[in-house]
Amino acid sequence: MREERGRGQGMMKIHDKIDLEKIREEGLKKLFPKETKISVGMATCGLSTGADKVYETLLKEVGRLKLPFQVGQTGCIGFCQREPVLDILTPGRPRIFYQEVTPEKAIELVHRWDKEEVVKDWLFFKMEGEEWIGEDKWFDYSIQTDLKGLDGTPSYQQVPFYQKQLKIALRNCGFINPDHIEEYIARGGYFALGKALLEMKPEEIIEEVKRSGLRGRGGAGFPTGSKWESCRRVKGDQKFVLCNADEGDPGAYMDRSVLEGDPHSVIEGMIIGAYAIGAHEGFIYVRDEYPLAIQKLQVAVRQAEEFGLLGDNILGSGFSFRIHLFRGGGAFVCGESTALMASIEGKVGEPRAKHIHTTESGLWEKPSNLNNVETWNNVPVIISRGSEWYSKIGTDKSKGTKVFSIVGKVNNTGLIEVPMGITLREIVYEIGGGIPDGKKFKAVQTGGPSGGCIPESLLDLPVDFDRLTEVGSMMGSGGMIVMDESTCMVDVAKYFMNFLKDESCGKCTSCREGTKRMHEILTEISEGRGKPEHIPLLEELGWVTAEASLCQLGGTAPNPVLSTIRYFREEYEEHILNKRCPAKVCRALLKYRILPETCTMCGRCAKVCPADAITGKRKTKKEEGIPFKIDEEKCIKCGMCFDTCKFNAIEVQ
Amino acid sequence: MTTSEIDSIIRQYEGKESQLLAILQDIQIKEKYLPKESLEYVSQKMQIPLTKIFQIATFYNALSLKPRGKHKIDVCLGTACHVRGGERILEKLERELGISAGETTKDRKFTLESVRCLGCCSLGPVAVVDGKVFGRLSQEKVGSLLKEFK
Repeated sequence: MREERGRGQGMMKIHDKIDLEKIREEGLKKLFPKETKISVGMATCGLSTGADKVYETLLKEVGRLKLPFQVGQTGCIGFCQREPVLDILTPGRPRIFYQEVTPEKAIELVHRWDKEEVVKDWLFFKMEGEEWIGEDKWFDYSIQTDLKGLDGTPSYQQVPFYQKQLKIALRNCGFINPDHIEEYIARGGYFALGKALLEMKPEEIIEEVKRSGLRGRGGAGFPTGSKWESCRRVKGDQKFVLCNADEGDPGAYMDRSVLEGDPHSVIEGMIIGAYAIGAHEGFIYVRDEYPLAIQKLQVAVRQAEEFGLLGDNILGSGFSFRIHLFRGGGAFVCGESTALMASIEGKVGEPRAKHIHTTESGLWEKPSNLNNVETWNNVPVIISRGSEWYSKIGTDKSKGTKVFSIVGKVNNTGLIEVPMGITLREIVYEIGGGIPDGKKFKAVQTGGPSGGCIPESLLDLPVDFDRLTEVGSMMGSGGMIVMDESTCMVDVAKYFMNFLKDESCGKCTSCREGTKRMHEILTEISEGRGKPEHIPLLEELGWVTAEASLCQLGGTAPNPVLSTIRYFREEYEEHILNKRCPAKVCRALLKYRILPETCTMCGRCAKVCPADAITGKRKTKKEEGIPFKIDEEKCIKCGMCFDTCKFNAIEVQ
Repeated sequence: MTTSEIDSIIRQYEGKESQLLAILQDIQIKEKYLPKESLEYVSQKMQIPLTKIFQIATFYNALSLKPRGKHKIDVCLGTACHVRGGERILEKLERELGISAGETTKDRKFTLESVRCLGCCSLGPVAVVDGKVFGRLSQEKVGSLLKEFK
């Protein structure tokens, strides 16, 4: 991936705090222009639901009617379920957010707004001001006019999804255009950098981070301040800071949202960290599967360079620092710190034993400090608000907030940021809105492939770094997958083992062979060939894999299997002893049957069956028809007939 | 791909061996995969053993040694999509196209792959075709999805 160097198209270089304030003024004009501004959420979640078409339609319509409206883009506001989301801001009016916007709706919205009207049915929420958490400021919109049809619309803080959230990492996502550095600065961005470089010594910065209690947000939860301190202490004039943006846990996309919606927050954090540690070069290692994040980072880095916030003599402090972007190659294991560094060095991403930590000898054997995207992003706020404020949030040993992706069988899916210590129950039911379709909660999987499943009996556990580990899971990078009664826990274990076996780098025999064998055994169980001795065998294999592998891919690989055996043993036994899958997921154990009494003989199922396994006679005006029947031998259990039948005449056993 | 095109890519990365992954990724963007001749040329030009190049090319999932079709379909099999039935979508596509995941149709029109989490979990099951995301899929919707590209 090529890096684009700044071209300095008349961009003002920021030499000191006064310049920064001048850019802030420009940014405020962009954030709150005199004319109406429509912002469309164009992060990946928005784009995948058609936000680009909404954006284009808006541009066209505004142009056609020659309306004095600006149309811009912004990042993800977190409630991904309701995308595409857009907001309309006019001086003096409440700021209105709409959800599930289509191009047709967009046109209607524009016409109505021109008449000072809102479309009640599509309203999401309203705002009368916004919080700038980095500066402890409330920016009031100074509402003068009321709008027709707004009564009953909740404000942002009243929406159940947002009520218990506290946005620190996600502070700017959905509220700025990530391509406009001025908007980041207007909301307080880079002022923490000014304070750090011009008013604090590196040791003071490290003390602040230590006192804040910030722990790594990538999953391991190592105290960040201590890591910085040990890297600083190592002698050497060439050091590196790295950002791990190789977010690989399936179901987790928190970092992606931050990179797409607020890339400067990470850059600012890295510059502060580099200054504290004594590094002059930084790398951001971004997953190959995140092209939009890479693009936003490229724009952000270039702008930061043009404004003099990256490069030589930043803000007149004498400190120089540059950032390079590195694109991953699609390997999950490269999220492991030593594998990531090997990858940057041009090698394959194989982890190494950490007798010597990377803070002492890392990238090219130089002292290197690696932190996760969310960790870096928290740093500017800790510097500007202070460690005392930060350490009041969260629990005793887990300070601050954590961003989680809440997905799966839950009503409100998206990204949330909550103070640590909130319970799983609050997350799943109050924020997540509970389980859809009246189904019953079964488990929530946390921590990705390194984590485990937590059953209903433990829903009142507070979420933090340590409590979930005690019960066999872990908080991990923040992925939370909610499962209901139609999820098979054996299948979940098999799924994760399949993932890990594919992603294992192969270096350690225990991991390479262990994950493979565990997957084979789980496949046997899910296909009706399970034996009672398989369960103790899985437990033993799991223990060996964890003990003998040198990195945490192998080290945590057994967690999904062991936690599901621990809490859902009966389900395993049902598969093994009775060859039955209670959740009706494991194909080989299913039987599809048409209920002859209910069958209306429409023939649809036979039409869609890919294996020609359904026979019968269609009922017509002239002919009686014969109820349709599935030939079990031919049936491949794809489920198409079940999906197609409109009369609930197909039963799955 | 001409040797001079490969030369210019290598030059952009200042011929650094540590940038091998990026160089191969750029070659792949043009060729849609990594032809053996291109790899042999890179080996010779950059004086890197061919085994090292194959090591990189086979380790990283993003790189492919097999020719790819005109349209690339990536079906997400991340946890959230899996729980919402992502496997069935993949199987439906396998049946419709007559190939297994990881293969390309004989007429070189489609390549079918499974990926692990694109990060659109709220919209699961998800498939991406040529960079365009199709969310909230079902087995029935697969037919119309393919029609768009046929």
